[in-house]
Amino acid sequence: MLELTGLIPAIPFFSFLLLAIFGPRMARRAVSIIGAGSIGASAVISGIVTASFISAPPADWSYHQVIWQWMSVSGFQADIGFYLDALSVVMVLVITFVAFLIHVYSTEYMEGDEGYSRFFAYMNLFVASMVTLVLADNLLLLYLGWEGVGLCSYLLIGFWYSDPVNGRAARKAFIVTRVGDTSMVIGLFLIFDRLGTLNLQELMHRATLQWPVGAAVAVAAAALLLGGAVGKSAQLPLQTWLPDAMAGPTPTSALIHAATMVTAGVYLIARTHVLFSLAPPVMLAVAVIGAATLLLAGCSALTQRDIKRVLAYSTISQIGYMFLALGVGAWSAAIFHFMTHAFFKALLFLAAGAVIQAQHEEHDIFKMGGLRRMIPITFWAFLISGCALAGLPLITAGFYSKGMILWGAWSSPQGGPALWIAGLVGVLLTSLYIFRVIFVAFFGQAQIPVEHPPRLAKNLPMVVLSALSIGAGWVNLPSYLGNKLWLNDVLYTALPKVAERQVGWITEDWSEGIITAAFALGLLLAYELYLRRRDATRPLTENALGRAIHEFWYADWGFDFVYDKLFVAPVVWFAQVDKSDFIDKFYDGVAAVSRACYRALSATESGRMRWYAASIVGGTVVFIFIVLVL
Amino acid sequence: MQILFYISGTIAIFATVMTVTRLNAVHALLYFIASLLSVAVIFYILGAPFIAALEVIIYAGAIMVLFIFVVMMLNLGERAVEMESKWLSPGMWIGPEILAAILIAEVVYLLSRSPIEAHAIQYVEPREVGLALFGPYLIGVELASMLLLGALVGAYHLGYRKPKVLENPDADNTDATRAAAGGDLVRPGHDRPAGAA
Amino acid sequence: MFALGTIGLLVRRNLVFTLMSIEIMLNAAGLAFIVAGAHWMQADGQVMFLFILAMAASEVSVGLALLLRLYHQHGVLDTDSASEMKG
Repeated sequence: MLELTGLIPAIPFFSFLLLAIFGPRMARRAVSIIGAGSIGASAVISGIVTASFISAPPADWSYHQVIWQWMSVSGFQADIGFYLDALSVVMVLVITFVAFLIHVYSTEYMEGDEGYSRFFAYMNLFVASMVTLVLADNLLLLYLGWEGVGLCSYLLIGFWYSDPVNGRAARKAFIVTRVGDTSMVIGLFLIFDRLGTLNLQELMHRATLQWPVGAAVAVAAAALLLGGAVGKSAQLPLQTWLPDAMAGPTPTSALIHAATMVTAGVYLIARTHVLFSLAPPVMLAVAVIGAATLLLAGCSALTQRDIKRVLAYSTISQIGYMFLALGVGAWSAAIFHFMTHAFFKALLFLAAGAVIQAQHEEHDIFKMGGLRRMIPITFWAFLISGCALAGLPLITAGFYSKGMILWGAWSSPQGGPALWIAGLVGVLLTSLYIFRVIFVAFFGQAQIPVEHPPRLAKNLPMVVLSALSIGAGWVNLPSYLGNKLWLNDVLYTALPKVAERQVGWITEDWSEGIITAAFALGLLLAYELYLRRRDATRPLTENALGRAIHEFWYADWGFDFVYDKLFVAPVVWFAQVDKSDFIDKFYDGVAAVSRACYRALSATESGRMRWYAASIVGGTVVFIFIVLVL
Repeated sequence: MQILFYISGTIAIFATVMTVTRLNAVHALLYFIASLLSVAVIFYILGAPFIAALEVIIYAGAIMVLFIFVVMMLNLGERAVEMESKWLSPGMWIGPEILAAILIAEVVYLLSRSPIEAHAIQYVEPREVGLALFGPYLIGVELASMLLLGALVGAYHLGYRKPKVLENPDADNTDATRAAAGGDLVRPGHDRPAGAA
Repeated sequence: MFALGTIGLLVRRNLVFTLMSIEIMLNAAGLAFIVAGAHWMQADGQVMFLFILAMAASEVSVGLALLLRLYHQHGVLDTDSASEMKG
């Protein structure tokens, strides 16, 4: 059954072609059925493939399928080939399943929009590219998928293109990720130059043979790949595009900017883990970037008013957790957190979308209230996923995955107390900001009457994802609950196990306990500040220092400002200078010279006979002279 | 013999200079005829009597006469002489003189390179020329005749002018005009209505 | 003589003189041919002169016809005024 792997990206791709060409002429129902149905088929096939993979695993727990040979040029060969191992199986299953639920949701969310078929076409292309990225057996095909998701992200952020703000946001996203992509491409060149292949398994094998641990070239290659991952996953310093990307439709934010595309960087690092293991400085950089990002984004999320921007910063922060896990060598923990995060973050976005549509397209949480009674299913969905995000103990998925990451941060040889404490503070912040949103928007007095309460197509995916947000954590039960790490066992066939060192009195149980305490503290603080006394935060923000910090965190720690001054302003200045197109003047000069020559020569055509006769005689003289001399 | 050659040469050059510099067209033509005659003498000295005869007959006799006919027909008059003098300012001569001087210098240089043997002038018979014409140069003769034909047709065509429409369409009709004029044909000016030009 | 004819061609504006200068040049060329023929003692030089003569005759007739045309067209025989091919 594993041969069906090739269909997983193919079906959405053909659906994209169909919708792109015939979409505007098809009926809404047909578009919904094709658009969502293709992803559904993809999800079913990935389910079959996963079941087949786990129940009857192929030799060496990996399966390779080559569709055709893409190119073969003087020693370089790349195929359209799919590589199935535990890592890609997990990724593909989660991606297609969540994508399917989001597509079903969008059939209701986008129903009033006149770009309906265009939306589904782009979303399908996105899923096809993402699956290609995940299943690729060589870095070139992976890069193709990488670029494809970048393109779809641009198209979908700027989906409502008539508003220039959306266009700017889309361009910003594309350009910032482009910086990362360029770094990645240079990394690809370097890898090919030194190792002679871009086939992932092959190159990792050769790297272990040729490069000693800590070799400069390994560090360079890993660092360049890290650049690409940082761009795509919106980590420091390239995280500025994600909050603005919320200008796109909410299902897009749910799919691309929460569950899947932003995790492409995480996947890349996990996939090329051998290269990263060979470069310890880069691993440290990954962990530090992850830790710094999660703190930074957590602080920023605390100050935002737009519900989607809070979730955007939350995404940045959670991916910081995944990077932290990758950096300390807890590969499977990162993938576990990816899975749970996909579920609860997508759910958060879907619920937020339902809220926004129910509140007359209002995004500001302080203008909402009392939604708990008015749209109950959405409230419960948001509440469950919010708890999962913060890590409500035992009954939410986030608790397990976050716990595993933080335990890895403490106990791994590359980890340490500093990283663990950063993660802990992050838990506090996460709990604080998400419960802030819940209490402000859903509790209290109703301010805006509900307009379009969500119906079946929206509610059903939310219910399914809620169930997953609760139960998805139980695939990896930690040591104090029986140590049944089913998911990890599967993943260890593809990713190395995290080594544990003895660290004194803190064991996993203690770690979990402290985390739970942080969670509870955050919840209590949110309750105090936002529910009990609504304007309790006012003294904090009225204070000059408080206001300064508030502004600073609100503006994403000033990154946008710095980038604007550092990069954007010079380019704009140069564009202004070039407005008169001075480079072109050179070519104009060429034309002007030739025109001058033309004028000069046409002056010789005076029409006077004697002048012509004179020129004939002159020419004869010269000619004879030449003959004489030479 | 030699001295005759130099005299005719001098006359030829002098006549040519006069041709080029005269203001009056007819004067220039007459000088040119003088030049042609002296060149004919040179030809005779060089041993080509047939050609000398042809030069006089055709060149001086036919072509120059044609020129004179046309100049006479044009009837340029005094105004033309004035215009000529206006056009021929001294400054005009400089450029062409320089070009011509270079040309002469080049030709002299070319000639000086090849060794010149001065030998007795042989007399080339007209018979030889005729044999050459009808022998190797036959095609040239044919081409020349075609050229002349073309020139003839061309000159006729170019010279053709549409007949002028007469102001008085009855001018040829002598009865009516005579009746109108009321006189007889013998007296001049009375075959046209009075007042007409 | 050829040089003199060239000077005349370049200097004179009246078309009659221009044609005359051309005749001078042709004559000079013919003279050169005859001299060459006499030098090599062959009939070829004279034959060439005959062709030149025929050519000169035809050229003169056509040229004078054109001259008449020009005169009737423009009223003056100035070659510089007939510069409609300018530019």
